[in-house]
Amino acid sequence: MKPPTEVESAPTENPVVGIDQSKGDFQYDVKYEFDAGTGLSERTIDYISAAKKEASWIKDFRLAALKTFQSKPMPTHWATEDLNNINFDKIRYYLASGQKPKRSWDEVPDDIKKTFERLGIPEQERKFLAGVEAQFDSEAAYSNIKDIVAKQGVIFCNSTEALREHPEIFRKWFGKVIPVGDNKFSALNGAVFSGGSFIYVPPGVKVTHPLQAYFRINAENFGQFERTLIIVDEGAEVTYMEGCTAPKFSTSTLHSAVVELVAMKGAKIQYITVQNWANNVFNLVTKRGLAHEEAEIKWIDCNIGSRLTMKYPGVILKGRKARGEVLSIALANDGQHQDTGAKMIHAADETTSNIIAKSISVGQGRSTYRGQVHIPRHLKGCRNNTECDALLINTNSRTDTYPAITVRGDLNAVQHEASVSKVNEEMIFYMQQRGLTEGQAMSLAVNGFINDLARQFPMEYSVELKRLIDLEMEGSVG
Amino acid sequence: MTVSTSAKSLIGSFTPEAFAAHLARVSHLPTWWLDRKRAAYERFAALPLPKRTDEGWRFASLSGIALDGFRSPDAVTLAQTAHREIGVTGAGTMLFANHKLVFSEPISAELAARGVIFDTLQNALLKHSVLVRAHLLTQPPKLGSEKFAALHEAFLEDGAFIYVPKNLEVALPLGVFHYAAGQGAAVFPHTLIVADDHAKVTVADFFRSSETVGAALRRDSETQFACGGNDIHVGHGANVTYVAMQDWSREALSFQFNATVVRRDAKVLSVNLHAGARQARHESFSQLQAPGAHSEMLALTIAHGTQEFDQRTLQIHQAPNTSSNLLYKNALLDQTKTIFSGLIVVDPDAQKTDAYQSNRNLMLSADAEANSLPGLEIQANDVRCSHGATSARIDAEQEFYLQSRGIAKAQADELLVFGFFEEVLAKIENQELHDQLATIIRRKFKDN
Repeated sequence: MKPPTEVESAPTENPVVGIDQSKGDFQYDVKYEFDAGTGLSERTIDYISAAKKEASWIKDFRLAALKTFQSKPMPTHWATEDLNNINFDKIRYYLASGQKPKRSWDEVPDDIKKTFERLGIPEQERKFLAGVEAQFDSEAAYSNIKDIVAKQGVIFCNSTEALREHPEIFRKWFGKVIPVGDNKFSALNGAVFSGGSFIYVPPGVKVTHPLQAYFRINAENFGQFERTLIIVDEGAEVTYMEGCTAPKFSTSTLHSAVVELVAMKGAKIQYITVQNWANNVFNLVTKRGLAHEEAEIKWIDCNIGSRLTMKYPGVILKGRKARGEVLSIALANDGQHQDTGAKMIHAADETTSNIIAKSISVGQGRSTYRGQVHIPRHLKGCRNNTECDALLINTNSRTDTYPAITVRGDLNAVQHEASVSKVNEEMIFYMQQRGLTEGQAMSLAVNGFINDLARQFPMEYSVELKRLIDLEMEGSVG
Repeated sequence: MTVSTSAKSLIGSFTPEAFAAHLARVSHLPTWWLDRKRAAYERFAALPLPKRTDEGWRFASLSGIALDGFRSPDAVTLAQTAHREIGVTGAGTMLFANHKLVFSEPISAELAARGVIFDTLQNALLKHSVLVRAHLLTQPPKLGSEKFAALHEAFLEDGAFIYVPKNLEVALPLGVFHYAAGQGAAVFPHTLIVADDHAKVTVADFFRSSETVGAALRRDSETQFACGGNDIHVGHGANVTYVAMQDWSREALSFQFNATVVRRDAKVLSVNLHAGARQARHESFSQLQAPGAHSEMLALTIAHGTQEFDQRTLQIHQAPNTSSNLLYKNALLDQTKTIFSGLIVVDPDAQKTDAYQSNRNLMLSADAEANSLPGLEIQANDVRCSHGATSARIDAEQEFYLQSRGIAKAQADELLVFGFFEEVLAKIENQELHDQLATIIRRKFKDN
């Protein structure tokens, strides 16, 4: 439904007055022999395809995707008008290696330096994350993991390499879970994708090490239009982690990734994301998994950064007794809009899905839950449970909930519940009585609010998440 | 797809000639009203029909929404309506058949003397022009049916006007009946309720198709078009109960728009029963404008055959310390489809809002489809807002219990539906109205 309260105004530079959303911007020397320049045309795609030495079917795929992208309208009939502020002509769609952002450590804003310090990020990594160094030497860590999993027959590489070296494995599912025409931004990704991870886990293999994109992507460049495809064969299991809790400066203000997961019979995939882009970034991501019989796909999705994130991880429950789960945490501070949620498409009997979404809005931040649960005709024994809880910290914080639930037939059951609340004053008073400052009490309460979800994160992530919330809560009260 | 949509007429039977004929029938009414009608007709004719991509029409079957094949209905007499009393006596009744008042029972002389107005809209437009102008269709449509709301305003011929002055309580319910009669009849019923400060009133609105006396057709087989509206203005400290029963022909296409404005410390309870029509859309818009305002929005839908019920609601909390409670219950049999799309909006300064929204779907068939879109938009932090939506069959143990007592499926369904609806039915204090609702629900099971 179109929010009736939405004020339709002309596009503005910054949605919130006084928020500097340019601090993450980078400058480049424009040398056309090294990149495709700005703007998007068939020429851009010729360039990317040639640079990557791609097979012709991939180039055809890109060109078809470009047409789809150009023909689709902006989805502003339901999504925020802020999307109209994206200037597609100013965006650099592909950077060849050798180009380095021009920025020195002194130019990195103080609050970011402070954040790194508080999060306990190692000195070496800080420079990389702040964009001072285009490369962070994590090559060693990456090849280490790669070697370990390779012994189990696991393929773990980037999209270019995967499609070149292993087309027999990846071509079958590439673009099948999320067709190019799914939405405008998945089409954009189809046209200009580069980077990302392609993973294949053979039958019965349980990958003990969580695979971390952090190591791999760092070794190249940040993925701007990442393409990830993870195929887990029968009875196999894998956990994949994307991103890190530290704030990231990207080389572009538009990020549009596509992530496809395929879980064959009895397979298990857990996909963990922590997104903390700088607050000038539009982060428009399409993520979907296909779960075959008795397979399980679990998305753990945590959004802290960006100016606008639109991301609704989904699971298509294609086989009997398949299971899908989305656990989502969103934190929206001043000038941010976290438009996140989940999609569960039940396409077989006895499939179950669970969505738990928690959002926190601070200052003038806005968090939105948007979800879809679809149980079509003639299925039986399908179940869905959805819980959305929103916490509003300041008087002018904002939250929205827009679920859409379709159930056919009398043999399925769905339940949806949502609540909106603020931090209990008595709780804060109690903690202040025990000598905590109001800010400390507030972060303790907020951490308590997300605790049952944060516990499911890997330990180092949940520790960093806790510190990050402490940081975000500072100055939010009083 | 483009062929079928472009083939659909933007105005259908509601041509400029039909509008001119309508204007000629109401030419004695005040100029401001006729001007508004002309403007409304222009809006109606210019606005597009709903499209697949309109969020306000998500999940709705647009193929059933066509404006062709309708006509301005012929006059009918009271005898032809086969009117059945509801048993509410002595309080005042108005009965409209194809827009014409064919029967009325005036309110008591004492109430009239104390300033209560219970009259037709046409009379009120002439006698109380200022009062009507301030309240009739003054709230903008916000839920997607701008085109049909404009059609309603353009062709609205007559309806009921109810005004209760300050500090006066009307004890007995007032009943308004709107009948549609005849194949192709297009009707535009309206009920306008204005309760001044600290007034209290209960109004029952009935929407029925009458049997075509002497013809072989059964009442449920006549194709009709109903596009009705009601405005409820609840002054400071006033208390309004509004009960609407929609039981149009099973071949009717129905639109109904409600706009409710609730002021300081005022209370409104509205109960809508949806039983009739082939495809029915109901839009309800509640504004809580001052502290202490409370709106209770309840609805019961009993769907059978291939009926489709589309309900869209909006609760806007515009002031601190307001509360609202919405409960929409749908029972789905056969191949029916229901859509509930609700939105609670809490404005930035509306602290201490307490809002609830709940949609419960009882699935009684393998082929029924329930869609729920319960939405929230909250811009204040010190609030209690929650919503819930469930769609499921009845508890297996309850079903087993009924079966073990030898109760047949159809009868069991009826019992279960009454059990499911009781929570809402119990809110209607007036016994006659309560019984009337139960009768309409029961009839749905007899017809099957």
